[in-house]
Amino acid sequence: MLFDFEIQGGDFATAGNASSQIKKILKQLNVDHRDIKRIVVALYEAEVNVVAHAFGGKISAEINTTEVRIRLVDEGPGIPDIELAMQQGYSTASPEVREMGFGAGMGLPNMKKNTDEMHITSVVDEGTTVELIFFLNQTPPNH
Amino acid sequence: MENKFFHHALKVRDDQCIGCTHCMTVCPTEAIRVRNGKAVIIDDRCVDCGMCLRSCPVKAIHIEHDDFSRIFDFKQRIALVPSVLIGQFPEEISVTQIYSVLMELGFTAVYEVEHGVEILQHAMRRFMAQQGQSKPVISSFCPAVVRLIQVRFPALTENIMLLKPPLDIAAHHIKKLYTDQGIEGHEIGIFYITPCAAKIAAIKSPVGEERSPISGVINMDFIFNKIFRSIKQGGKNEACLLPEINPLTKEGVMWSLTHGEASQAQGRCLAIDEIHNVMDFLEKIENDEITDIDFLELRACDESCAGGVLAAANRFLTVERMKKRAKNQPSIHDQTAENHPQAISNYEQYLLQNISIEEVNPRSMLKLDEDMSEAMRKMNQRNKLMNVLPKVDCGACGAPGCQALAEDIVQGKAGIEQCFFIRNRQLTAGQLDMAGSTAIIQKIWGNKKLKNTD
Repeated sequence: MLFDFEIQGGDFATAGNASSQIKKILKQLNVDHRDIKRIVVALYEAEVNVVAHAFGGKISAEINTTEVRIRLVDEGPGIPDIELAMQQGYSTASPEVREMGFGAGMGLPNMKKNTDEMHITSVVDEGTTVELIFFLNQTPPNH
Repeated sequence: MENKFFHHALKVRDDQCIGCTHCMTVCPTEAIRVRNGKAVIIDDRCVDCGMCLRSCPVKAIHIEHDDFSRIFDFKQRIALVPSVLIGQFPEEISVTQIYSVLMELGFTAVYEVEHGVEILQHAMRRFMAQQGQSKPVISSFCPAVVRLIQVRFPALTENIMLLKPPLDIAAHHIKKLYTDQGIEGHEIGIFYITPCAAKIAAIKSPVGEERSPISGVINMDFIFNKIFRSIKQGGKNEACLLPEINPLTKEGVMWSLTHGEASQAQGRCLAIDEIHNVMDFLEKIENDEITDIDFLELRACDESCAGGVLAAANRFLTVERMKKRAKNQPSIHDQTAENHPQAISNYEQYLLQNISIEEVNPRSMLKLDEDMSEAMRKMNQRNKLMNVLPKVDCGACGAPGCQALAEDIVQGKAGIEQCFFIRNRQLTAGQLDMAGSTAIIQKIWGNKKLKNTD
């Protein structure tokens, strides 16, 4: 199944709406709550990244019984050095953004930790595409 | 393992229900439908918050409690009262007066629930410090919140503090006090005076606990009326002396009010009351939007237990009275006070051994089907239905909104013709005749509403 959502750049009040909607869909599809948790944690982080850095973007989520693939495509400044951005504590967020509790530089590493695969491609001054892939029901039962 | 048996104290009186949709519209978990002109509560979805009862214009929803005369089945009859009971009364009526009337009514002892806080406090500190515990720790105090998490926020069940609330700790203390005196279990009747429906449900089918030591539950509004009437009629009141052990602490008095727990827990603590506020906040916690909170106190009622659905007094006045009372009570942190031999603190070791509850299991009620591919098929079907339905959420179909109806349809619990707009289209297209349409309305709304009554 395919689902599409829009993200408005700079609007922190609505940041997280797409994540919440996808979470609701996953609950209705009876996806294991442990999977839902890691999906939503990574997705929320990614969604806020778009709000914080880009002009706007789109989320498309593809859900089937074995995996969930989520693509976030934004129009924005892009990431000049992805490897550097992946380091913990690295942040380009403005002081205003940090004041709101965002931009601690934990975003990308935290996302990666919660996904099974993460692919980032970026073109400076054009935008960034993040793909988050989750394989379902891989958590050991006694987790 | 999901709990099949799920007790609810909220009941609809069919003879009084007028089928008005008020309860159906306000239910935060969409647990109510109208069938045959009467509200029907869906057991699996109900979390016993009591919003339906508040909204009912004809008092058709009530809370089933134990018959008062049941207390006389026991030789020892202990009234286990929450501190909000005192808050129900105007200030000129003293605590002693209130408890004396309880004794007159037939109880042999009065015990305040929040003595349990003295033990719980220490256990909380230990629980919070445990390695590997998911943060924020969510209090297990409000049973409606615990059930809400089970059905709507299954991933957060692992955040629930696995400790008994003060009520259960207090009940265990009472049981121990009496059995130590050689009194047998069947002679001890512990009756809890409840400010809400959720506490009854939690006692009759506990979550994460085998069996409650509480023998019965009596509604607070019922007891309040009895006490107030007796005082107004000038009963002997002050006459009897209370078997008072230690006085209740400040913190105990305030525990069931908003911030009562959060003000005593360690680290960054937040208190949130009212079920919609709680749901909004849990949504954010589930997304990991808010991190580094250590402890969450969540209460289903506005102003917490002072706003309990069985509270008779105005909740703000209740809070005011309780705050005033708390000022005169000793602090929990004051160790110099004289300790009664039967005081709960002397039973700390024993009570701490029994303070844990088992893991709270998720039992999500949002899933469209157990099987994921079947759930996907149903979701597709629901989305198609949503394109056809009018999205006015009028409730005329007997479901709280168009989406709820669509979900009922895909799960085989309703038919699309229940929608007034669809029926009109079918009538216009000649796919349905007037008699057929009437029959459908009767199935949802009963016969009465279609009759001309002038």
